[in-house]
Formats: sequence, C-alpha cells, structure tokens
Amino acid sequence: MFSFFKKKSAPPATPASSETPATNTTAIAEPHIADAPSTPETAVIAPVVAEAVPPKKPSWTERLKAGLSKTRDKLGKSLAGLFGGGKIDEDLYDELETVLLTADMGVDATLHLLKDVRERVSLRGLKDAAELKGALKDSLNDLIGPLEQPLDIAGRKPYVIMMAGVNGAGKTTSIGKLAKYFQSQGKSVLLAAGDTFRAAAREQLIAWGERNNVTVIAQQSGDSAAVCFDAIKAAQARGIDIVLADTAGRLPTQLHLMEEIKKVKRVIQKALPEAPHEVMLVLDANIGQNAINQVKVFDEALGLTGLILTKLDGTAKGGVIAAIAKQNPVPLRFVGVGESIDDLRPFNARDYVDALFD
Amino acid sequence: MLDNLTNRLSGVIKNLRGQARLTDANIQDAMREVRMALLEADVALPVVKTFISHVKERALGQEVMGSLTPGQALVGVVNEELTKLMGEKNDALNLAAVPPAIVLMAGLQGAGKTTTVGKLAKLLKETQKKKVLVVSADVYRPAAIEQLKTLAGQIGVEWFPSDGTQKPVEIARAAVDHAKRHFFDVLMVDTAGRLAIDDAMMQEIKALHASLNPIETLFVVDAMQGQDAVNTAQAFNEALPLTGVILTKMDGDARGGAALSVRHVTGKPIKFIGVGEKLTGLEPFHPERMASRILGMGDVLSLIEEVQKGIDQDEAAKMAKKLKSGKGFDLEDFKAQMQQMKNMGGMANLLEKMPGQLGQMAKGVQGAEAEKSMRRIEGIINSMTPEERRKPELLKASRKRRIAAGSGVTVQEVNRLLNQFEQTQKMMKQFSSKGGLMKMMRGMKGMLPGGM
Ligand SMILES: Nc1nc2c(ncn2[C@@H]2O[C@H](COP(=O)(O)OP(=O)(O)OP(=O)(O)O)[C@@H](O)[C@H]2O)c(=O)[nH]1
Ligand SMILES: Nc1nc2c(ncn2[C@@H]2O[C@H](COP(=O)(O)OP(=O)(O)OP(=O)(O)O)[C@@H](O)[C@H]2O)c(=O)[nH]1
Ligand SMILES: [Mg+2]
Ligand SMILES: [Mg+2]
Repeated sequence: MFSFFKKKSAPPATPASSETPATNTTAIAEPHIADAPSTPETAVIAPVVAEAVPPKKPSWTERLKAGLSKTRDKLGKSLAGLFGGGKIDEDLYDELETVLLTADMGVDATLHLLKDVRERVSLRGLKDAAELKGALKDSLNDLIGPLEQPLDIAGRKPYVIMMAGVNGAGKTTSIGKLAKYFQSQGKSVLLAAGDTFRAAAREQLIAWGERNNVTVIAQQSGDSAAVCFDAIKAAQARGIDIVLADTAGRLPTQLHLMEEIKKVKRVIQKALPEAPHEVMLVLDANIGQNAINQVKVFDEALGLTGLILTKLDGTAKGGVIAAIAKQNPVPLRFVGVGESIDDLRPFNARDYVDALFD
Repeated sequence: MLDNLTNRLSGVIKNLRGQARLTDANIQDAMREVRMALLEADVALPVVKTFISHVKERALGQEVMGSLTPGQALVGVVNEELTKLMGEKNDALNLAAVPPAIVLMAGLQGAGKTTTVGKLAKLLKETQKKKVLVVSADVYRPAAIEQLKTLAGQIGVEWFPSDGTQKPVEIARAAVDHAKRHFFDVLMVDTAGRLAIDDAMMQEIKALHASLNPIETLFVVDAMQGQDAVNTAQAFNEALPLTGVILTKMDGDARGGAALSVRHVTGKPIKFIGVGEKLTGLEPFHPERMASRILGMGDVLSLIEEVQKGIDQDEAAKMAKKLKSGKGFDLEDFKAQMQQMKNMGGMANLLEKMPGQLGQMAKGVQGAEAEKSMRRIEGIINSMTPEERRKPELLKASRKRRIAAGSGVTVQEVNRLLNQFEQTQKMMKQFSSKGGLMKMMRGMKGMLPGGM
C-alpha cells in the first residue's frame, strides 16, 4: 500500500502569468500523513515499498530478436529464399519491396531503400542474391543510423523529461521503465502524474512509482500543467536528478488537446526555464503510416527531442521509423520490448537492423 | 477538392483517354497507383494484392466511354469493391442468450478494450435499458481494474470486484455467478492486452472463453494499426471464435486500412467504431464511409455539399477567384471568412455526427466561447481603416494602440489576431495550391476559440 502525504508550506515562487497553476494552495513542506487526499490539492505519494531486485534479463538484441522472431520466421522464409543465392533480378527486387512494405516502412522509404540498394549493387558489382542482404542492411543502417543518439542527462538538475503521444502508445509504462533505468544509473527520480484525464491513469502511474520506490506527485483531479509545475518544484526542493512527466494520450486531430499539451510545456518552462530538457514522443510499433504524422504534429506543437518505440516484442516491426528517419528525423532514444519494468533498451540501429533481417 | 486516389490516378489516366474499355494493358499503371494508395492507408500487403486482382477482374472490359472519365470509372469500381468487402452495416450486439448475455473483449495492448467496455455498457444501459455488469480479468496491467471501476462509476453500471491476485478464470466464474443470481441481462468481461505470439496469454484467453461461453467475442483493433494487423487478426481469429470487430481511435486521422486487413482475414463484421476517449464516443460502422476514408476521399465529398449549402456562394466564389489570381488574402477576407463560419453553425451540428477528424473539429467551432471570440475578432477588424485591412503590414505599434482602444481590447489581443490572420493567410496559400478542404477546415478551427 502506498500512503498519501499531503504537504503544506510556503508556496514556491509564483511566476507571473495567467498560466501559472494555482500552486499557492499546493505547496511543499514537511509532510503529514492523510488517509487520502480530500481536496484537489497536490498529493505527494512517497514510496514505502522497496522493490526486490529483478532477475537478470536477456540482452536487448536477444529480447528484440525473440520478439521479432515470429515474424522473422515468416519474413525469414522469404528472406532465406531471397538471399539464398541465385541472380539478382527484378523479381528479387519485387520481393525486397514486399519485405520492406510489410515492415511498415511505407511507400516513400521503401522506394528510397530500393533505389539505394540498387546503387550499391551496381557500385559494388554485386551479382549474387546472397550479397544483396548485406547491401540492404547497409542501406537501412545508413538511413536509421542517425536516429541513434543516446539520451544525455549530464549536467542538468533536475533533468525534466516530458512524455507525449497518442492514446495507449505506452507513455505511462515507459515512464515506469525509465524510472528503473535511471535509478540503476544511480540517479534519483520523481514522477509527475500529468494525465489527469483518463480513468485511473494516476493510479497506474502511482503503481509504477511503488514498483520503483520513487515519489509520485499527483493531484486528485485537475490540471496537468499544475501537476508538472509542482513536480519540478518538488524535485528542486529535494535535489532530485530526474523528473518524468506523464501526460494524457491525445490524437493529433484533437486540436484542443494539442493546445493543452503546449501549455503543459510552457508551464514546465515557467517552473524551470531550461526545461523540459527532453520532449519524448512515444510511438507504438504497431502503428502504421500515421506515426509519421504523429511525429510531425507533435514536433510542431512541442519541438520533439526524442522518441521511444514501444511494443517491439510483438510481431510488428516498427519499420515506420525508417520513414520517420527519412521525412522527419527525431532521435530514437529507447525501444520498449515488453510490459515489465526491465523491458526498455537504448536504441541501437545495427542491432535493430540485425534483428530485423538475421 | 479531389480525392487522394483520383489525384494519384489522374497522372496515369491519360493513357486511358480515347480507349473504349479498360484492358489488362491500359490499367497496369492505374493499378499500381491503387496499390500505393492502399499501402499508404496501411492496408496490409497480402490484402492489397488480393484486392487488386479482384478489382482488375471487375474493371476489365468495363466500358469507360460514358459520361465519366476512365479514371472516375476506375475509382468507382475500387470504391464499390472496397465497400462490399467492408461488409454490411452492423451495429448491434447479439444478446440473444439465456441471461446473462456474456460479452468478452480481446485485443492487443492499448487497443481500447477497457474504454470500449465502458462505451458498450453505457450504450446497452441507455438505449436498451439493459442491466449490465462489468468485470475486469486484467490482473496484469497496473490499475487496469481500477480503470474499469472508474468507468463503471461514471456510467452507473455495476462493477464486479476483482484483484490482481486472482486467476482470470476464477474472476469470470464468480462474475457469472453473481450476474445470474442478481438477474443481470449482460455481463461484459474486460481482459488484459496481449500479443498474439504470447502463447501463455493466448492460452489464458482461450480458457477464459471456454469457461464463459460468451455470445459475443469482440476483437478490438486500433484504427492506426499498420501492416501487422493481418498477423494479429489471424492469430486472434484462430485462437478465439470471434463474433465481431471494434475499430477504435477513428477520431484520429489514420486512414484505417487495418479495418480492411482485419475484415479480410477474419471475415467478421465490424460492429462499432470508437470515435473518442469519452464514453459517448461509440458509433455504428458504415462500410461506405470506411471505404472512402481508406481511399482518402472520406466524407469530404458529402461535406463539400454541406459546406456549399452553408456558405454564401457568391462570397465563396469571390474568395476562390481571388486566391486563384494569386492576390493576397487580407483582413477583409479574414472577416468575411469569420462570417461564413458563423453561417456554418448549422453545419457544425451535422459535422459533429460524422466520425473522425471533422467531427472533432466541429466541436471546437461551436459554443458560446467561439461566438464570443468571433465577435471580438470582428470588432477589432471593424476598428481598422479599409487600407489597414488590405495592407496589414501597415499595422505598427501606434496604429495597433488605436485599434485596441477602438475595439476595447488590449494590444496583445490585436497582435494575437494578426498572428492568427497570418496563419490563416499561410493556410489559404496552401489551400489554393494543393492542400484541400481538410487542411482549410483544420486551420479555421485553429483560429478558434483558444486564441482569443
Ligand atoms: N508488449 C508490450 N506492451 C507494452 C509495451 N509498452 C507498453 N505496453 C502496454 O501497452 C498498454 C498501454 O500502455 P500505457 O503505458 O498505459 O500507454 P499510455 O500511452 O500511457 O496510454 P494512455 O495514457 O491511455 O494514452 C499497456 O497494456 C502496457 O502494458 C511494450 O514495450 N511491449
Ligand atoms: N481518441 C480515442 N481514444 C480512445 C478510443 N478508445 C480508447 N481510447 C484511448 O486509448 C487508450 C487506451 O485505451 P484502453 O481502453 O485503456 O485500452 P486497453 O485495450 O484496455 O489497454 P490494455 O488494457 O493496456 O491492453 C486510452 O487513453 C483511451 O482513452 C477512441 O475511440 N478514441
Ligand atoms: Mg498513460
Ligand atoms: Mg485495458
């Protein structure tokens, strides 16, 4: 069980703006225990349960491969046939096109890759179908390699990471995993329950807080921006290294919600002018070409600095990142490979390409 | 606005001109365009292939000389075939069972199962006066049970308690027992999201199905899903005797090709679409709308008709002419556009009933707040001289102060209006080049009401 600690004290410096959340009533100080928050004030849900150290998990490539293996069986079959030997001919390129399209790479990226592979083949004077695989892997790696830019949190404290994405993409779960990831690097973490809309979104994040034994800042109801503001103030007061701010899922077509999330970002900036240091869009690997538009619209609204690609443990291959790399590149920081706390890996382009084709 | 597919086809249609019939030779290129359009809409490749050969068969020999252009004839065939494949309109749940009629949900993680349970329960309660019990067999996801409990509370249906230490089958049995003893008409069973390749989890839901013997087993699919929809649908269809499909998140702008993939693989009717996070966001499925959406023609065609009814034709024609002639869009036009928006109030009502993006936009166009902000914008523009309206670049600080004073607003608000105007100007440029109605509507909506 978690307990609610409601805090009271002098309000933090109030930024002068109409968008300032009503923090005057929800300030941080010595906690006293309340059974439950009876007001919509900010509650600080402090950890009380220590998490047992989970068993060692397989490496991310193993994990990713295991996940991709089922499709790869299918894909692999066509690939084995493809790369098995024989001449490089038009039928082979057609097959290749099929492979890329069915990985959700989209028409544009697929045509680009095919052209690129053809050039490599003629440049290197490749004749044998077996050599085509190497050329294809190189092409894809060249395309998505630039997305591989690990998140660097050094030098700023608190480092504020704001999550965004469509409904059900895996934002909240990814926060749970990131909390573990950063803690295992010796960083202290605080979570902000910025999804004040969806049923039990707050409880979900609190559960992840418990699993990680970290504090969650939440409000009974109310304003996402205000929660994030309070969380940053709390992190500053406590010398926390990293703030992970959850937000409600929203579709790019929900213009009022896109406005709302812009406001969340602005209010975060008010709490800490240089924040958010990272605005992360969470993409579900199952999603097809619409992911491209998601990147575009969220980028326009928030200025994305990173991506997380979730659910790569399924049969979906997330090839849409190739299209994203081509049309609107944003660093892909992590991939999600399961629902458990350890199922997060920094993105590695080579590993991804290998897992896809080997 | 021309639809996506027609656009695509127009380039390759030339070789159809003057031909009497569609033949294997002359529709090759066109078929490739259809293929691309479907792929861009996320229809799974194997399904695309089958579909194309089907369309070809039907199109071949078709007379194209009539009043339609060959391109339109082809689009017509594609649209018709697609609509047919989508199946009949089917917006009812089968509840013909000895009570309680049991409804089981299944699908991938985050597809929208739990939310849909809430929506269906609300629908059954309110339109069919059913006594509904909901229960969660999701013992994995943090706060999944709490989520369903909250939703049940919101709609006022009974929630049957369960917790993470129980086994799904146990939970289900207890819920059925409770439903029987308390004479519930319907029991809705939510389940955890699962991957089709997770054997243990697929076994679990099979066991759950066996124990519940539900009359409806609904596969919940995210309309944004890509190529993998075929694999997932196939696996769920093999594991469970699905009775229907629910397509969620249709309020987004995904073209929704997954609908075709899933329908093709399972052969099961798409019963409802989800069009919002709110529990009212559930609508019957319309095959013809879905077909048009996948092809990128959407409801836009019928919308255009409505827009034309709502809009002052002379005004619209003037605007179109002006835009075409390359002359700038000025504040005078901006004001006229605002007035048009007002006239469209009735249309907004209609739009709201439509699924997807348009419905969402309509919601923003309405309401007292929008009214108020429109009045303010008009007030500000009215305080400008005709010259200023034509040449907004004249508006420097002192003029802005005068206008603000004249219309009783702050200079900031004048600035904000000018910003919105600039955005609209940009948008109008896009519209007159390639954009399209959708973009224009989106832009219009963007001006309201948050801005002022
Ligand atoms: N298999 C798998 N499931 C995942 C992964 N990441 C998240 N999920 C599952 O996806 C579902 C949705 O995850 P959430 O974290 O609730 O998604 P969200 O984006 O916060 O959703 P909303 O807040 O409702 O918009 C849950 O069932 C998660 O367990 C992943 O990497 N692999
Ligand atoms: N915009 C929109 N959002 C939806 C729709 N249906 C569901 N959602 C949202 O999608 C997200 C996931 O919905 P859930 O009902 O939690 O999905 P689920 O399938 O139960 O997820 P798991 O239990 O984790 O597998 C939530 O944020 C919902 O609010 C819809 O039709 N439109
Ligand atoms: Mg969430
Ligand atoms: Mg659920």
